[in-house]
Amino acid sequence: MTPVRAAVVDHGAGNLVSVRAALEAAGAVVTIASRPSGLAGVSLIVVPGVGASRPAMARLRRSGLDDAIRASLDDGAWYLGICLGLQLLFERSEEDGAELLGLLGGTVRPIVGAPRLPHIGWNAIERRRRHSLLEGIPDGAAAYFVHSFVGVPDDPSVVLAQTEHGGRFPSVVASGRLLGTQFHPERSGSRGLRLLANAVALAGA
Amino acid sequence: MLLRRVIPCLDVAGGRVVKGTRFVDLRDAGDPAELAARYAAAGADEIVLLDITAAPEGRATLLELVERTARRLFVPLTVGGGVRSTAGMRAVLRAGADKVAVNTAAIADPGLIRRCARVFGRQCVVVAVDVRAVSADGGWEVLARGGRDATGLDAVAWVRRAAGLGAGEILLTSIDRDGTRSGFDLDLLRAVTAVVDVPLIASGGAGTPADMVAAIVEGGADAVLAASVFHRGIHSIASVKAALAAAGVPVRPVEEAA
Repeated sequence: MTPVRAAVVDHGAGNLVSVRAALEAAGAVVTIASRPSGLAGVSLIVVPGVGASRPAMARLRRSGLDDAIRASLDDGAWYLGICLGLQLLFERSEEDGAELLGLLGGTVRPIVGAPRLPHIGWNAIERRRRHSLLEGIPDGAAAYFVHSFVGVPDDPSVVLAQTEHGGRFPSVVASGRLLGTQFHPERSGSRGLRLLANAVALAGA
Repeated sequence: MLLRRVIPCLDVAGGRVVKGTRFVDLRDAGDPAELAARYAAAGADEIVLLDITAAPEGRATLLELVERTARRLFVPLTVGGGVRSTAGMRAVLRAGADKVAVNTAAIADPGLIRRCARVFGRQCVVVAVDVRAVSADGGWEVLARGGRDATGLDAVAWVRRAAGLGAGEILLTSIDRDGTRSGFDLDLLRAVTAVVDVPLIASGGAGTPADMVAAIVEGGADAVLAASVFHRGIHSIASVKAALAAAGVPVRPVEEAA
């Protein structure tokens, strides 16, 4: 079996070193894509990131990576969004009014009612639905979060898992070949590495 | 619910992990990347790597060391030592750190905290504060340059100011207790957690799992940091977490380690 080729999209606000190392540990051959050509022939597009959506979207548009991501998805690639990369899948953000990729119906909203923001640290992911992305990861496993906003899909059935901080918010989402985690699997120990390996396996199947 | 964290600290000098007592009498404890990976596998929730000679030597953080450590680590990495500017912070983040601790430079230039928070978000700005008890009135004074320079700053006032400027987290070290394994300074922890609501990492004095429980339950800390008890194998991360769990503190089970 040939190894899965994954591209980590560089929009200027992600921990590329750790995402790359974790994907490599999960068995992928990884390149960093800061231009559309970087997505040629990859079967898994990984969009990492921490922070605000507007500058990240501006950078994706300026580099043409937004259209390149759409084209790759049309060609059968998978998308894994991490934290901000998950939020970018939705239509718009209430954070700064930014228009997002719009690949998934829904809105990015602030966490409300939380005892402390940003939500930083280890917290449990509660399973809502079975999915091969979560295979081998027990219900209630801890994952590492760093964020103040969450993506809320229009269709609640795409939510695979949720997490409580203030209220409950979607922490793992899957819709067709679009996958996303609000936490950082690259920083979530062996459970996170397992999720990345599951994503790599899905993209390679 | 957010889980409380157990954090091994790697003090690095000359490219090696060292550990002393009250910031002096340093002894070699191994290779940073190697130790970081080993602690992560043993259940550490985060690793703090402090380049303790960067500020005293007036040089920048060892980026090669940060990157080498970050590549082998699949839990969060906080790096401190020698960061004096947003450019310095960007370089450390690009090398693979998740959070950056500022200390001496922020004392000289408190606006650095605000600038770093504005550019990178407060979630990755840790303000490290080294303090020493002031004998007479029971207060604590902030020291700079790895405990070498007195600043005249009151610790509680400085922590409150740092949080107001944009610190996302405070790493508070009692120099009096550092390396002594005589327990955390609970009065210090209580004095600080009473005035700020950003997460506090307690450091200095960890001797037993019971000390770690006390720092969280009585001191109000969100995380406990320790070096010598882990480096010398006196206690394991698993035994600390077992004690925390037994005391009703929510922790990440060590079976979930990397």
